[in-house]
Order: sequence, then C-alpha cells, then structure tokens
Amino acid sequence: MTIHTHQPGEHESAYDGLLVNDAHWAFGTDFEDPLAGVDTTVPDGIDAAELASYCLALGDDALVLSHRLSEWCSRAPDLEEDIALANIALDLLGQARLLLARAAAADPSVVPTLPEGSPVPPEDALAFFRDDRAFRNVPLVELPNGDFAETVCRVLVFATHRLALFERLAAHPDAVLSAVAAKGVKELTYHRDFAGRWFVVLAGGTEESRRRLEAGLARVWAHRHELGVDAEADGVLAHVLATAGVAEPDVRPVVTDGGHTEHLGRMLAEMQSVARAHPRGLW
Amino acid sequence: MTAWEVAATVVDPELPMLTLADLGVLREVEEDGGAVVVAITPTYSGCPAMATMRDDLVRRLQEEGYDDVQVRVALDPPWTTDWITPEGRRALAEHGISPPAVSTGATDRRGPVPIRLSPTRRAVSCPRCTSGDVALVSEFGSTACKAMYRCRACLEPFDHVKEI
Repeated sequence: MTIHTHQPGEHESAYDGLLVNDAHWAFGTDFEDPLAGVDTTVPDGIDAAELASYCLALGDDALVLSHRLSEWCSRAPDLEEDIALANIALDLLGQARLLLARAAAADPSVVPTLPEGSPVPPEDALAFFRDDRAFRNVPLVELPNGDFAETVCRVLVFATHRLALFERLAAHPDAVLSAVAAKGVKELTYHRDFAGRWFVVLAGGTEESRRRLEAGLARVWAHRHELGVDAEADGVLAHVLATAGVAEPDVRPVVTDGGHTEHLGRMLAEMQSVARAHPRGLW
Repeated sequence: MTAWEVAATVVDPELPMLTLADLGVLREVEEDGGAVVVAITPTYSGCPAMATMRDDLVRRLQEEGYDDVQVRVALDPPWTTDWITPEGRRALAEHGISPPAVSTGATDRRGPVPIRLSPTRRAVSCPRCTSGDVALVSEFGSTACKAMYRCRACLEPFDHVKEI
C-alpha cells in the first residue's frame, strides 16, 4: 500500500494536502486499500480462479444492492428510515470493497484492463469498468426499488439468506473470505432485524400498507430462488411471515438463465458515468 | 515514548473523545529497529474513517521521530464493542454518548443468529440525566456504530454505541 507521508507543519490548510500528490484517484471511495497488509495468499487446495469468481459474485450482490439502497437517500418515508437505509447501504458497500479486493488479489485476471498509468485500484476497476454482462450479482438486487414496502421485503429476503450463508463462510478455509464473512454476520444481523420488524409493522398497519407489503413480497419472492436453497433462511422467513400473518406468495419463479434484467445496465450507466468519462480520474 | 504509547494517543476521527486504543481499533504496534508497523481494524466493513486513522497514525509517529511507518489492516478477529476500554466507556458517557453493554460475548457467538422482531432490550440510561426511562428511536444513527435513543424523562435525544 502507499502511505502518503506528510511532514508536520507542511500544510497550512487541509486542502493543501490534496495538491501534494497528483496521483489521487478522484472517484473511488478513498485512497485506502481495504486489504492493506492482509496476507492474500490463496491457501493450498483452493482454486484461485474459483475463489475469485465466488468473491466477485458475493461482492457484486453487495455492491448492486448498496447502490439501490443509496437511491433512497433523501427519499425515505422519514429521516430515521433514510438514515437506516443509508447505513445498510454503507455496510454492504464495505463488504463489496473487501470482496472485490479479495477477488482481484486471488486472480488478477478478473480485473478489467485500464489505460497504462491509470491510478484506479482493482476494486474500483471492477466496480466502474465492467459492463453489465460481467457482473455476477443475482437479478434480485438489481431490480428498481419499488416502494418502501418492497424495499423492506428485498432487504429481509436478501439479508436472511446472506446472513445464513456468512455464518457458514466464517469457517471457510480462505482466511480473508472467512474474516469478511465473520464481520459481515454482525452487520447483516442488524439489517435482517430492521427489515423483519418493518415487515411485521407494515403487515399490521393499514389495509394499504398490507396491500403494498404483499405486492412487494410477491415481486421479491419470484426471485428468491436465485439465492439458493437454504434451510436456515427458510425457517427464519417462515417465522417472520407467520408473525406478520402473511401467507407465502404463490408466484412462479422468474428465470433469467444466469443473465441480467434490463435494469442493471441502466443502473450501471448512472453509477459508472463519472468514472468512465474520466478513466484516469486524476486531480 | 514507545511507538505503542505514541499510537495510543491518536484519537478516532468520528469519536474524538476516544483514542483508537480506547476504541479497540488499535490492535498491534510492532517496532523493528526504526521501522514501525501498526495494525488497525475497522469497526464496520464500510468504516469510512480508515484512511484518516492511517494518516493520523503516520503523522503522530513521524512527529515523535518514527520515520518508517506502515499501517496494515487486521480483519480477524472482527471488531467488537467488548474491546472498548473502561476509560473509553467513561469518555463516551461524559460526552453524552451512551456506551455499549459490557461483555456481550459477541466474539464467541457461533452458529445461527436468532432474528429479533421486537425492539432490542438494553439496559440503557440517559447520559444527560441518568434516567433509565428511555426509548429506542432507531437501530441506525449518525455513524455505523450508533443507535438513536430518546430520553422520556428529560426528552433529549442521544446516541448509543450499539453492541456488536
């Protein structure tokens, strides 16, 4: 990693520091490698390409849902929920950074080639310079938000499955993936509780809140199969639905054949526009 | 001062009443000749303050004559509020932030986490008037590590560092 060394008293203003090193990547999250100093050697018996592909899929799920949730900023029903959704988006963005960085370290060939001398770190190259066909996320996370009830349903189903998965991944032989998962478990617990409580509240609210909740759940449920078969998640979701007095939706699964819906391309066009307009992104 | 002593004076950018050591984010400081390697751990995966912490550590250590400083990330074991020191908890309370419960056992938790569909019950008291008659407003607050509460006695809102 690069340490930007500043001599004491060198800068009169905090902004002066921005001008010292003109190799700053202008559009990333910050100038920190999230795996700085972490041993990223792939352990014996693990296929590096498979590990990278798996981490990309997990990272893309988090990145895409994080972006969707961030679209709620300033638009949620009230300030507390606005802040809650932004917090969940931030946690998922953090998971995405770690997982994309882990994928890039395990198999550098997954990282798109950028112009020579580009300062873009691998995690940002993966986030901003792949097109929709290269993204590995499940279509569930790329669908437009819908209303607040539908967002609650999506966070509930997604966090329930991801939490169950991360509990198991905490014992993965790759020490980096297992550490990311063990950390994620704590965050996902809060996400799932938040969505589960709102699910019960909306189900027991007004006729309109219940109608919207059931409609949102049906749309989400049609994509639930993308998250795989998971007995623990089944049990948790059945418990939430029973507590809320909501029947499991009778919907036909939407099959995307491993591809994406039209929505991902549009979302990425917005998310990636600034980075792609300035691929060397220097200031 | 040893490198650890210097690093232990650096404060958290978002909770400046706490040092990184009191917050439990400063994991290790190794001195090898003139070189220093500092290990820090993020509170949450998306902690936006890691770069600032790193820069502050490097600057403080350089001020004390440690020219060769590297800061590395330690992800394992994951940060837990159990690592916030008694001094750190006192400093939080003095600044109007309710500290997390002591020893949640969060680090030892394994296996399925039960879902909680009713508000989390915590023995929280108002850092302003010490009343225990408080209400949870939201499990999410101004930073990733805090929940929002309101005191029913003095009616003031306050932050609580939530247990993880």
